[in-house]
Amino acid sequence: MSAPAIRTRELTKDFPVGFWRPRPYRALDRLSIDVAQGDVFGFLGPNGAGKTTTLKLLMQLVFPTSGDAEILGRPVGDVAVRRRIGYLPENPYFYDHLTAEELLEYYGRLFGMPAAERRGRIAATLDRLGIGAERRLQLRKFSKGMLQRVGLAQALLNDPEVLFLDEPMSGLDPLGRRDVRALILELRDAGRTIFFSSHILSDAEALCSRVAIVAKGRLAGAGRLADMQEFAVKGWELVMANVPASALDRLRPRARGVVTIAADRYAIDIAPDGHPEGLLRELIAAGATLVSLNPVRETLEDVFVRRVSAVGDGARPSAGEGRPR
Amino acid sequence: MRTARAAGIVAIAVFRESVRDKIFYNLVLFAVLLVGASVLIGQLTAGQDVKIIKDLGLSATSVFGVFVAIFVGISLVSKEVDRRSVYPLLAKPIRRSELIAGKYAGLLLTLLLNTAVMTIALYTVLFFLSRGVPENIQHAWDAPALDPALLKAIALIYVDVAVVTAVALFFSSYSSPMLSAVFTLGVYVVGQFNADLKRFDQIVSAPAAAIIAKTAYYVLPDFSRFDVKLAVVHGVPVSGAYMTSAVLYALAYIAALLFGAMAIFSRRDFK
Repeated sequence: MSAPAIRTRELTKDFPVGFWRPRPYRALDRLSIDVAQGDVFGFLGPNGAGKTTTLKLLMQLVFPTSGDAEILGRPVGDVAVRRRIGYLPENPYFYDHLTAEELLEYYGRLFGMPAAERRGRIAATLDRLGIGAERRLQLRKFSKGMLQRVGLAQALLNDPEVLFLDEPMSGLDPLGRRDVRALILELRDAGRTIFFSSHILSDAEALCSRVAIVAKGRLAGAGRLADMQEFAVKGWELVMANVPASALDRLRPRARGVVTIAADRYAIDIAPDGHPEGLLRELIAAGATLVSLNPVRETLEDVFVRRVSAVGDGARPSAGEGRPR
Repeated sequence: MRTARAAGIVAIAVFRESVRDKIFYNLVLFAVLLVGASVLIGQLTAGQDVKIIKDLGLSATSVFGVFVAIFVGISLVSKEVDRRSVYPLLAKPIRRSELIAGKYAGLLLTLLLNTAVMTIALYTVLFFLSRGVPENIQHAWDAPALDPALLKAIALIYVDVAVVTAVALFFSSYSSPMLSAVFTLGVYVVGQFNADLKRFDQIVSAPAAAIIAKTAYYVLPDFSRFDVKLAVVHGVPVSGAYMTSAVLYALAYIAALLFGAMAIFSRRDFK
C-alpha cells in the first residue's frame, strides 16, 4: 500500500500571546490525520478553528511546537517535496508590479522548468483558469476574484500530485465557484490528491470523499461525510403552492407539521422516513405546484458546538493541557 | 549551485518589481534636483560652481541611495510577510536563506542601476557646466570637472548603501517595517560618528557610558569609512589600499548581517 499523501501525528502549535509576559496559546492540539492519495479531503471548521494553522504547518510557514507531518512520505521540511505540491493560501496576494504571466514565469523558474516547457505550462494554466488578455496586466489592477484565479494558477503550475487549497471559494462570484468546483473534480478524476479547508458545508458535500472537522484547535471528527451521523438527513422540508384544502387535510397526519407561508403556500415538515416522493406525487396529482424540496440537516456550526462540548467544556485547550510527553 | 540559481531567480524578480515601483520616481527627482541646482548655482557663483555641483551631486547620490536602501530594503521582506506573498513563494522549492540572499542581490542590482543613472546625470551636468570655461580658470580648480576620481567616491557610496541595505534586511527579517526603519536609520546615523564613539571615554567621565560607547564602536559599522566625497571634490588622492580595506570591511559586515538575517528568517513563524 502506498504512503498516505498527507500524514500528521500529534501535530501541535502554540503561539505566544501578550507583549510583556507572553503566554502560549494553543492554536492546534495534537492533530493526527491521514489523507490517502487520490482523496478530495475537506478540512472543515468554523473561523479560528485551526484550519489555516494546519495548512501553514504543512507548508512550513510555521513550525510545530510538537508532533510531525509528512507529505508523500517525506517530512514537510524537505524542499524537494515542494516540487510535487501546489498551495493556494487564503486570500492570496502577489506582487503589485508583476503581471500574471511574469509571476508564473518567476515561480516556473523556481520549479526548474526548462524555458519551452515553462512557456507552454504558463499559457495552458492561465487558459485553464480563464485568465485571458488580463495576463499581461500588472497584478495591482486585478480584482479579488481574479487574484484568486491567479492563486489557483500558480498552485497548478507544476501539475502537483497534492494540492492544498485554503478556502478556495473565498472571493469568488457564483460563476467562479462553479468553475473551481469543476476544476477540483477534474483534478480528482486525474488522480490528484486535494486537501482543502472550508467553513462552507455545501462545498464539502459537493466535492469531498472524506472530511475532518476541527474546532477550537482539536480534531472533532473525521471520516466519510455520509457516514457522519450528524450529517444524516433529519427530515425533509417540502414547500408547495396552490394546495387544495382536501389534499392538505389528507397529508396532515403523515407530516410532522404544516406551516402556512402565504395564502395557499405551505411548508410541510416530513420525518426522514416519511417518503417525501410519495407525498409529492399525491400533491401534484391533486393540483398543487412544487416550490422546493430540501433535506433538513444540522448545520456544521451545530456539529462543532456539540462535538467540542463532548470533548471538554467547549473551551480551547490551554497550551499545557494534554501535551504529548 | 542550486542555491545560487534560486537566489538569482529571486533577485531578478526583485529587480523587476523594484524598478517598476519606486526607483523611477527617485531617479527623476534626483535628475531634476541636480539640473535645477546646477542652473541656479551657475548663475550665482563664479568659478566655484563645478566644485559645488560635485559636492551636491555626490551628496545627493549618497542620500538618495541610502533612502532607497532603507525603505526598499525594509519593504522587501516585511512587505512579503505583511501582504502574505511569502506564503505561495515558500511553498515552492526554495529555502528561506536563498530567499534572503536573492532579495539582497536583487536590491543590490536595483541600487547599481540607481547609482549608475545618478553618476551619468552628474557627469552630464559637469560636462555642460565646464564647457566653454576658459583654460586658465580650469587650471585653478582643485580637480578637473570630469575627474575620474569621482568614480572612487561613487563606488564607496555604493558600498555604503550595500551595508545599509544589509542592515535594513537584517532588522526587517524579524521586526515591523516602522521599527526596522527606525533601527536602520539609528544605526546609520550613529555609524556616521563611529570614530567619535571610540574616544568617548576622553569626553565623559562615567565608565558605564564609555563602555557602552566602546561596545557600539566595535559592533556598529563605521559608515564614515565610506565617505571620501570631500577628498575627491578637493582633489585629494584616495589610495587603492584605502579603497580595498573599505570594501573588505564592508564585506565582513554584509556577510555577518546576511547570515544573521538568514538564521532569524529561517526560524520565523508567519502567523
